[in-house]
Amino acid sequence: MRNTTRRARLGLGALGVVGALALTACGGSDDASGDASTGSGGGDGDLTPVKLQLQWLTQAQFSGYYAALDQGYYEDAGLDVEIIPSGGDIVPQDALANGEVDYAIAWVPKVLGSIEQGADITNVAQIFERSATLQVSFADAGIDSVADLEGKKIGSWGYGNEWELFAGLNKAGVTDFEIVQQAFDMNAFLAGDIDAAQAMTYNEYAQLLETENPETGELYQPDDFSVIDWNDEGTAMLQDAIWADAGRLADDPEYAETTVAFIKASIQGWIYARDNAQEAADIVTAAGSTLGTSHQLWMTNEVNKLIWPSTSGGIGLIDEDAWNATVEMAKETSNETGATIITADPPETAHTNEYAQQALDELTAEGVDVEGADFEPLTVDLQPGGN
Amino acid sequence: MTTGVAEAGDAAVVAPSAAALAPAARRSRRLPAALRALRPVALGLAALVLLAALWELVKAVVPEDGWSIGELRVLPRTTDLAMPHVSEMLARLGEPLTSQPGADPLWLAVLRAGGTSLRIAAVSWVIGVVVGFALALLMTRFRVARSAVLPLVVLSQTVPLIALAPLVKGWGAKLELGFTWEPWMSVAVIASYLAFFPVAVGALRGLTSPDTLHRELFAGYAASWTQELVRLRLPASVPHLLPALRLAATSAVLGVVVAEVSTGMPGGIGRMILEFANFASSDPAKPWAPIFGAVLLGLVASGAVALLGTALRRFRRAEVAA
Repeated sequence: MRNTTRRARLGLGALGVVGALALTACGGSDDASGDASTGSGGGDGDLTPVKLQLQWLTQAQFSGYYAALDQGYYEDAGLDVEIIPSGGDIVPQDALANGEVDYAIAWVPKVLGSIEQGADITNVAQIFERSATLQVSFADAGIDSVADLEGKKIGSWGYGNEWELFAGLNKAGVTDFEIVQQAFDMNAFLAGDIDAAQAMTYNEYAQLLETENPETGELYQPDDFSVIDWNDEGTAMLQDAIWADAGRLADDPEYAETTVAFIKASIQGWIYARDNAQEAADIVTAAGSTLGTSHQLWMTNEVNKLIWPSTSGGIGLIDEDAWNATVEMAKETSNETGATIITADPPETAHTNEYAQQALDELTAEGVDVEGADFEPLTVDLQPGGN
Repeated sequence: MTTGVAEAGDAAVVAPSAAALAPAARRSRRLPAALRALRPVALGLAALVLLAALWELVKAVVPEDGWSIGELRVLPRTTDLAMPHVSEMLARLGEPLTSQPGADPLWLAVLRAGGTSLRIAAVSWVIGVVVGFALALLMTRFRVARSAVLPLVVLSQTVPLIALAPLVKGWGAKLELGFTWEPWMSVAVIASYLAFFPVAVGALRGLTSPDTLHRELFAGYAASWTQELVRLRLPASVPHLLPALRLAATSAVLGVVVAEVSTGMPGGIGRMILEFANFASSDPAKPWAPIFGAVLLGLVASGAVALLGTALRRFRRAEVAA
């Protein structure tokens, strides 16, 4: 009998543990939501709540938004902004079109596809002016131009990240190649399963430069690689842009006003990241990114290069030629299955400079440099493992 | 920039094997109590050492490029990138997360993330058990419900989590519940979707397991359905239920990890797996740390449920595999 009671007590204890865990999960929501929540404390009062959906995890690719939050630019603009990182299966433009969030960050060609599928959303600020996508191969592989990709195993992440590559291949008339599905890491490339791997200047390319070259025992150097840059090949497409709900912009004057305020404060954040790259990188790390310190700074710096100096008249303004080029490529480029992103021109509502221009006018009137003509990138020393 | 399917897949392979590693709680009556308690622990540790030895053996024996039959690689590459030494992976756990001043050591960061995931898994286990058991009761009580619901329950498990995750997240964002829908709640709901299934099926089997003879005896005494449930069906269901609860626990852990990868919820093991994939080339031992964390989670979860089983020992005449 005594035994049974003891066992019963043990079991009850286990039940209690499970229950306590469940309860702490309920109570400890702040803990679990971590960097997803805002830094603006109570946030009540007159602040307008705003949800921003990113297209990937917390990292310096989005340093401007995290800087704007940390530096209180959003709060000063009357906004209580919640930055929502995404994961493997969250599509930012879908979250926006479904009304789950107020703004989303996404690449233009991907969203053009969604718009043709019925998403009623608008590009209100083109933050990245240049493309960051590279196709990287070993220097001794002899892949120095797009034409050299003929007959090669080409790595690509897919999921809409492959369109510049296909535009480049189409343009160069390369038809004989094998597309290899690429993971997040560069191991398949380093092991020789991929001849030319897809890499973002701000992330995967840095991963290579943080990796030890087994032949030398030192880190890989830039001249170990040959890089195809789609900006130079003329098939760059527009990447990170701020998207807003087109229907609400048309019907809801308050949302339109919020949009201007949001763009303005976000631009202030990006200007802060331009002028204080190290601090911006630290802000992103504090917001919950576990990328290494040198990797984070490298990413901040490379992202700055995509924005500054701004040649479109100011950060956020959509260059009409670049937009048209992206749309043309989206219509003409076919992937390995012969599909194109879109079949017809997107509607008028797909992009506008109206709100970004207002934001820029206000900033210029305050004497803020929105073009960064004198921008000088840093030289970042990558450490092993990005640490 | 792509989806977390590959990484989630790794976790999926790891977590169930964690359950398999759980020391079999067999009790030998001849050993003294203290030794008896230590035995499963010792066996579990021995299994871990064996696994580590096997890993190093494969690394030593299989050529760097793996073994291929024609184009098909049947054994993986064994380079230090693909399979870091056990010692390196352990040493990495002791080093700081990043070189950021004040950064936690990696093992502490993994444990913290594990704690977050475990709490969410506990919630989803509770939801899964309640929902699963309720469904089983319904199906036991009404034959019609059984024919109608059981196929749906089975069908529900064919919906891939990656399709479900954005949906649940979307619903959560739009619900008006009087409280804010936190990202972890989406994760808990998605994971409970996995956890309820073994409970529903196991409990149904258990509740319907009494012999006709026994049921007729109750009918002969004109016992009410509630009496029959409490005195006959519930006790009889325990041997079927316990393995189901344990399966639900590991499913909940697995579901939480996958849902975290899927929705990008910060703070947990799944997100850590996704984030550390970044370092697979430059710091190859680092991505293994959260995978160890996921294994540990599975062990803790199934261990907690095993403890629960001791309370119900009276009813565990013969435990059956779920």
